[in-house]
Amino acid sequence: MTTTVNPPSPEQREGLRDRLRHGREAVAQRWHHAPRWVRWVLLAAVIVFFYALPNKEFYQYLGPIPTPGANFTQVLFTVSIYVLMAVGLNIVVGFAGLLDLGYFGFFAVGAYTVAVLTSPSSDIKTLWPWLLVVPIAIALTMVSGVMLGTPTLRLRGDYLALVTLGFAEMIRIAAVSSPFLKGQRGFNQIPHPPGQYTDGKPIFGVLDARPYYWLVLTLIIVVVIGVRNLTHSRVGRAWISIREDEDAAQLMGVPTFKFKLWAFAAGAAIAGLAGALFAGKQNFVNSQNFELLNSIIILAAVIFGGSGNIVGAIVGGGLVAYMIERFRGIELFGVELYEYRFLFFGLVLVVMMIFRPQGLIPNRRRAAEFKDRRKEVTVGE
Amino acid sequence: MSETEQKPAVPAQATAPAVEAVPDREPLLEVDRVTLRFGGVVALNEVDFTLYKGEILGLIGPNGAGKTTCFNAMTGIYQPTEGEIRFRGEKIAGKKRHQITRSGMARTFQNIRLFPEMTAQENVLVGADAHHKTSVISALLRLPRYWKEERAGREKAERLLEFVGIRHRMHEFARNLSYGEQRRLEIARALATDPVLLCLDEPAAGFNPAEKEELLQLIRQIRDTGVTVLLIEHDMRLVMGVTDRIVVLEFGKKIAEGLPAEVRDDPKVIAAYLGVPDDAA
Ligand SMILES: Nc1ncnc2c1ncn2[C@@H]1O[C@H](COP(=O)(O)OP(=O)(O)O)[C@@H](O)[C@H]1O
Ligand SMILES: [Mg+2]
Repeated sequence: MTTTVNPPSPEQREGLRDRLRHGREAVAQRWHHAPRWVRWVLLAAVIVFFYALPNKEFYQYLGPIPTPGANFTQVLFTVSIYVLMAVGLNIVVGFAGLLDLGYFGFFAVGAYTVAVLTSPSSDIKTLWPWLLVVPIAIALTMVSGVMLGTPTLRLRGDYLALVTLGFAEMIRIAAVSSPFLKGQRGFNQIPHPPGQYTDGKPIFGVLDARPYYWLVLTLIIVVVIGVRNLTHSRVGRAWISIREDEDAAQLMGVPTFKFKLWAFAAGAAIAGLAGALFAGKQNFVNSQNFELLNSIIILAAVIFGGSGNIVGAIVGGGLVAYMIERFRGIELFGVELYEYRFLFFGLVLVVMMIFRPQGLIPNRRRAAEFKDRRKEVTVGE
Repeated sequence: MSETEQKPAVPAQATAPAVEAVPDREPLLEVDRVTLRFGGVVALNEVDFTLYKGEILGLIGPNGAGKTTCFNAMTGIYQPTEGEIRFRGEKIAGKKRHQITRSGMARTFQNIRLFPEMTAQENVLVGADAHHKTSVISALLRLPRYWKEERAGREKAERLLEFVGIRHRMHEFARNLSYGEQRRLEIARALATDPVLLCLDEPAAGFNPAEKEELLQLIRQIRDTGVTVLLIEHDMRLVMGVTDRIVVLEFGKKIAEGLPAEVRDDPKVIAAYLGVPDDAA
């Protein structure tokens, strides 16, 4: 029940890490103290940059950034899906502090809902249009999140990690072996999002990935605004208080179970949306899309970016997904680096854990926590 | 020890006058012959007392007497092995912790348990949120209820931080506050839940005499706003000045109850405290 008091220790040794931290804090300070219009202009510039990015006329001037071994616009689409998922998982892991190892399972639920309800390969042959099915996919994913969360969120810590891991694996095995979900053969001819240009050609076609990327980018902006609204409210305070001290939160009147369930449902809904977008672009969904590794990658992205910070999750998701794709087509000593992408990726994470355990752009709270743990070690009890 | 175990059926009873001292008051909290065991350890042994509306009751006793355990049973952290606790006439057993808080009981912790990476203001807001109804949808879409409650919560937080004297530290992380400020913040956070009964677990621990005096002043002010206070303290001298009545625990048993002056002169209490240094650190 009881935790030890952290006595506020006055000593502040200025190490390299502290100076780094001060540097980051200085940037954060400048951002927060900059006039409103400066912030808006900078934000607008960043957004314009990312909308412009998939155009060859633009990215050809960006030196080594475009991927040599893969279509850059396709890569951008993949990256944007990861970013969306990192924003969603960050609610669960970063804010509410719930370790979810099977987040990709919700992505699968979203993608398969679209596949089953729209594809002609599906047994039920409803053949509904994509746009109609997206809200259904999101709702079903939320329901699956609530169903998974109801028995498990009463438990704490490690149990949750295990159960979520099991959930993702269950979905994957169902995808592989259930005749209804078509295994390797999968679902084809999943319809694209609607819309056409004035000349009658569809906006969302097969060849050009840009419209899909723009769609995801726009949805990321909408989702981020929503998540920000939540985190700056009673809901977000409840999440953070649960992460900080669940017992104390309950005793201050926070219905912790209800808000943990909401964190789970919100995270799941975002993954479901990502899955539906993926299915709508890909045209084809089969069991190979849902490896366990993907769950780990997104979790790593959230931690890498600095969990509990929305910007950190975006940067983490973006960088991790991009790095993996960037390795395609690069040969070193006769082997393609892409084959070793996860090895490299693991190394980066290990190095991060050593030098920057709080993540690239840590949540201001988490940064302090890590600082303090070091102090506990140096000062002792 | 063996002496106390010989008469288990009768709880300590040398205290009849105390109840008469407050005859016409309404009972707020009734601890009804509560026993609580941890394996072999009997942390509370048929503890029995009543708290009346508007008073400041001191719960004292040497370290390990069961005071904190008593709070934990009241706030729903532990279920009594035997006996029951009633708050405003309703049983505590079976209620969720947040429901107990919402029904008007708030507490602080002996080992400070703030939300360290939230600001002082946010800590108090969590308490204020206990009575807010902003749903996920109204927060997501920033509907009028969100704005209304957010504004009310912020005003309340400022007012309470002012009241406990740390308003100037409002935007500081709880973890960065000094020890004394953290103790005050805990009180503000508990008050934000609009309690009828405020339970303070050794709020003066680690304070110097001047700070203790300030704190007593604060406790009196809280009582004057109409809040009933249950104060745990094992420094006898401290509680004498502020409490209306005192209950004394030793080894999980109530050994005395009464007015401060009566309790101070009770031989059992003197014996319990003999050789136990007041660790007024
Ligand atoms: N969770 C627990 N498990 C086992 N024993 C406990 C637990 N909590 C308290 N106790 C025991 O109960 C007794 C009373 O403790 P406590 O209520 O903390 O005393 P006080 O607050 O009066 O100093 C002590 O002997 C303590 O060791
Ligand atoms: Mg105690």
